[in-house]
Amino acid sequence: MRFLKRFGLFWWDFVVGDDWRVAAGVAVGLAVTAVLAHSGVNAWWLLPVVIALVLGASLRRATASAGTRRG
Amino acid sequence: MSTSTTLVVLGAFLASAVEMVEALTIVLGVGVTRGWRSTLIGAGSAGVVLAVLVAALGPALSRIPIGALRLVVGALLLAFGLQWLRKAILRSSGFKEMHDEDEVFAEQRRLAAQAGSEQRAGLDWYSFTVSFKGVLLEGLEVVFIVIAFGSTNGQLALAAAGAALALLVVLVGGFVVQGPLARVPENRIKFVVGIMLTSFGCFWGAEGAGVDWPGDELSLLGVIAFFVVLSVGLVRALRRRRGALVPAGAEA
Repeated sequence: MRFLKRFGLFWWDFVVGDDWRVAAGVAVGLAVTAVLAHSGVNAWWLLPVVIALVLGASLRRATASAGTRRG
Repeated sequence: MSTSTTLVVLGAFLASAVEMVEALTIVLGVGVTRGWRSTLIGAGSAGVVLAVLVAALGPALSRIPIGALRLVVGALLLAFGLQWLRKAILRSSGFKEMHDEDEVFAEQRRLAAQAGSEQRAGLDWYSFTVSFKGVLLEGLEVVFIVIAFGSTNGQLALAAAGAALALLVVLVGGFVVQGPLARVPENRIKFVVGIMLTSFGCFWGAEGAGVDWPGDELSLLGVIAFFVVLSVGLVRALRRRRGALVPAGAEA
């Protein structure tokens, strides 16, 4: 049981890493892209936009606790 | 050689090189401090496990329909690549410390010197396990990248060749330098690899989801350019943000 837990944690850390919301955002972006594609909308532009937003938000969260604004 | 083939080989080479530099530092730290026999047996055993993984997983993946494979591998590459890119952006903007091989090497040597001297199966168990784990864990990332890059494009052999070339370069470099490869611009390479993993993940993931990219394979260059501009923009924005911040508690 302990081995399975450690094995699962290893893969979680390996794929998902520090911010699970990035992986969740990627999954949502891909799902919406697939739904649009199967509805006849060739939404090639959607995933890059989703990734940009998800990455920006993750970096904002990561740097929010670094300090306080001057002045 | 097509654009995507060149990028697959280059991506596999660069990603493998940075992981192998890190594995080399661990092996050197243990080997120099505690001796080479058990350390090299540990590293070699991990290499065998990794080779078996590639040999087993590569052909198995080729039986999965290419659309489904690209969707799953694209999603995994994106999640994985965004971790690299996120860390690289945080490092470049000063919000995270740079990876320093000299420091890791010194720490590895300190730990190796302090560890006990348990013998198992005629081996110095500490040297064997640390070397085995180090090479296996760093190598798993290489295997993942090689399989992901190679299988979705039907070019597993080329991706593996890129990784093998990286292994050769790192081994020769380690032999020549006789120490950790601290002069390799590891942080910059990680930045480039993060962008490549994210771009390939985005391209293949969207294709797997049913998208037709305008210009087909050529749009991969556009995707890479998009993430380069985005990443450089984010680094600049975070540097400005960092300049406007003072450490928490420093105002008291």
